[in-house]
Amino acid sequence: MSAVLIVAGKEFRDGLRNRWVIAITVVFALLSLGLAYFGGAASGRVGFTSLDTTIISLASLAIFIAPLIALLLAYDTIVGEDEQGTLLLLLTYPLGRTQLLAGKFLGHAGIIGIASLLGFGVSGLLMAIFSQEINLEQLLGAYSYFILSVFMLGLVFVAFAHLISVMVTEKTRAAGLALLVWFLFVLVFDLALLGALVATEGRVGADVFPWLLLLNPTDVFRLANLAGFEAVQTHAGLSAIAAPALMKPGFLLAVLAVWIAVPFSLAAWLFRRRQA
Amino acid sequence: MTQHAVRFEQVSKYYGKFAAVDRLDLDIHQGEVIGLLGHNGAGKTSSMKMMLGVSRPSQGTVRIFGEDPTGPQANQLRQQLGYLPESVSFYQQLSGREVLRYFARLKRVDPRICADLLEQVGLSEAADKRVKTYSKGMRQRLGLAQALLGEPRLLLLDEPTVGLDPIATRDLYTLLDRLRGQGVTIILCSHVLPGIERHIDRAAIMGHGRLLAVGSLDELRQQASLPLVIRVRGGDNQAHATVLGSHGMQCQPINGSQLEVRGPTESKLSVLRMLLEQPGVEDIDVMPPSLETLYAHISLQGAQPCQLS
Repeated sequence: MSAVLIVAGKEFRDGLRNRWVIAITVVFALLSLGLAYFGGAASGRVGFTSLDTTIISLASLAIFIAPLIALLLAYDTIVGEDEQGTLLLLLTYPLGRTQLLAGKFLGHAGIIGIASLLGFGVSGLLMAIFSQEINLEQLLGAYSYFILSVFMLGLVFVAFAHLISVMVTEKTRAAGLALLVWFLFVLVFDLALLGALVATEGRVGADVFPWLLLLNPTDVFRLANLAGFEAVQTHAGLSAIAAPALMKPGFLLAVLAVWIAVPFSLAAWLFRRRQA
Repeated sequence: MTQHAVRFEQVSKYYGKFAAVDRLDLDIHQGEVIGLLGHNGAGKTSSMKMMLGVSRPSQGTVRIFGEDPTGPQANQLRQQLGYLPESVSFYQQLSGREVLRYFARLKRVDPRICADLLEQVGLSEAADKRVKTYSKGMRQRLGLAQALLGEPRLLLLDEPTVGLDPIATRDLYTLLDRLRGQGVTIILCSHVLPGIERHIDRAAIMGHGRLLAVGSLDELRQQASLPLVIRVRGGDNQAHATVLGSHGMQCQPINGSQLEVRGPTESKLSVLRMLLEQPGVEDIDVMPPSLETLYAHISLQGAQPCQLS
């Protein structure tokens, strides 16, 4: 078995053992069930309602939760091994540093993947059972697309967590940086962009603005879900400002993939270069 | 021709401007047990990391069995290495057996041998308990079992006896003696000295990143030319002192009734003869300089590096 898979296997089993998998699954399941059932409460009724509205509400919650979970899961992956003395030991074993990092990434990907599949899958299943109006094929497509995008959003922040983990030498500092990254992408970026838009009274053009959204993976995730569900596009303010050229699901998922690859490659590069 | 297990040629390692290792030349022969001694910050750990291929030398070359430990052969080389880090707490949530099996898989060793190794280091009974509950000594044993995975040809042990009780220390040395019998090259890195003398072929003493001395204990004793120390019990101390003093020996009473005689090593036999002729002598104790005194002596001299053979 390849070294990458051995490391990934251990990381995944650790995730099962210390209840990460179950915890994330439960969080996702509660969120999605709650939203799917009570999502229509504002319009005066509870119960499973429109598929698109449900998914969009889910997406706007996942934007906060998924990055946080991913960062918490993986921020100490290297620095933690360093602190307990096993990193030095692993580096003397017949496996490369990139292999070690890739194995850990794969293990974390497994945890996030299984958890989002189970967690969100439950609400999809219940919707399929209890809602009469919904077309099963549509439901399956919509949920698959949504789960894939959450999975990718999670991986973006797992990659950031790896980057943080190879940059610092103390776990506490890694935790601080992880929170900072979360704040930056989930809260600050959009506010700053909005502020800039207002301050310049919209002169910095409708041309540039949508592209600036691509600089934030959480916005890419948001756009990807808006683009994926046409019925909602007309209601959401965001899609009005985003250029039509942008609103292609394939393109947006590809941008998310870039957001995974870049921080991870940077982490691998730094890890190979650093003094043990 | 004997191939060297380890060869350092003019190796320096800098961290910024600080030279952790400074122009180190050292050959370690296959099958020998060498003690790498030095105080904290002497460059032992940096040297170990370069042997393990974890860090590259800033200058010079390190060769392990003739290969570059950071080169393309590194992975094959690493399968023949065993390393026990100075302090490793392992994965707290896993059991000792699980930890060992993980490392066995990474080293491409059949995990079935783990039970055997755990038995060898005396961890069989605790094998299925979480590492979190292990004492320092038990972690050290687990570390040792890990280092022995895959029957390494070169074993690097960083402070292996720290945290071990006297019996476990004895077991460790018995194990090392057995491995030495199998031709394994062993590097013992330590600043805890008592007890290791009988188990090493040579000692290499480092200080401030430099090699201060290397050789067998006899060679080091000769080189250091430490004074001869003999203790005498019984008879008239004053009379002994007068006789020996006239031959240039220094005498001083010690522990109440004993007399300690110091002088050049060459005069050992003549001193013994004179003492035997003294009436009332009950016991004579010749005390060769221990590794500890040698180490203290050589480390203090530290400014002038010198090398034997």
